[in-house]
Amino acid sequence: MIELLKQPWPWYLSGAAIALIMTLLIYFGKFFGVSSNLRTICTIAGAGRKVKFFDFDWRAQKWNLLFIFGAVIGGFISSTLLNNDQPIQLSSATIADLESMGIAFDGNLNPSQLFGLDAVFSFKGFLILLVGGLLVGFGTRYAGGCTSGHAISGLTNMQMPSLIAVIGFFIGGLAMTYLILPYLF
Amino acid sequence: MKSLKYILAGVLFGIIMSKSEAISWYRIQEMFRFQSFHMYGIIGTAVLLGSVIVFLIKTFKVRDYSGKPILFRDKEKSYPRYIIGGTIFGLGWALTGACPGPMFVNVGYGYLAMLIVIFGALVGTYVYGLIKHKLPH
Repeated sequence: MIELLKQPWPWYLSGAAIALIMTLLIYFGKFFGVSSNLRTICTIAGAGRKVKFFDFDWRAQKWNLLFIFGAVIGGFISSTLLNNDQPIQLSSATIADLESMGIAFDGNLNPSQLFGLDAVFSFKGFLILLVGGLLVGFGTRYAGGCTSGHAISGLTNMQMPSLIAVIGFFIGGLAMTYLILPYLF
Repeated sequence: MKSLKYILAGVLFGIIMSKSEAISWYRIQEMFRFQSFHMYGIIGTAVLLGSVIVFLIKTFKVRDYSGKPILFRDKEKSYPRYIIGGTIFGLGWALTGACPGPMFVNVGYGYLAMLIVIFGALVGTYVYGLIKHKLPH
């Protein structure tokens, strides 16, 4: 059983499991939306004293913090107990594209060129991660949700605003991939 | 016990996202380059199946575990915030290969550099709260 779980999971299984998680959270009387936690953490850090947007009772969001705490544990279990040491099955076209851009494919989930120690302690590497995070944090709150809140929760509830947000995700993603990323490496 | 169910749902989420490689920077690049069906398959299956479930919950007026009616809130109707905010989000998503969920899963996986991304995301969220009233929504 554990050997089977160690294999990379096929997309249909993962997609179905994500729908199951959304359903579980709905059944618990909550919703599936991860980015709300960023606002909650700002509130816990005291942002509500200066900015009204963060002035709310964060205890109502405690369940969501527990959910991402669980997600961290899930990541840990995957890299230890369920690790299979096989390189990820990335398409050869992507490998070639990235290599022509100067990013090597090392078989891991994330390139060491961006997430390794050398990158983190270089000015450029640190800045890329920080600015990337800034864009995600600012953008997701501005748009009122991220991949979970809009692409999954919103689209399954037939929300037009969510479809517009997802289109935005792709406009930004494509612009970064084709227009900006090639000049960063 | 009350808290445990949320943690367990999160653990399941973390494992799924890791084992399907959806937390991979490489996979996000592959998606934005339209070079594999993988990520579209994951999101597509979740949306299709989820839509059927949401439809059934609404049709049969299913109640939650505490017996309360399940309500689905409509998102406020407007365009600027979704298209502008979404585009800014997409820029960061393709750069870091991580949206808010995978950021946390990656930290658990051992990619501690993601803590910088999370810190950036917290600052970004704070800046939004700070200048919210000046932005078109």
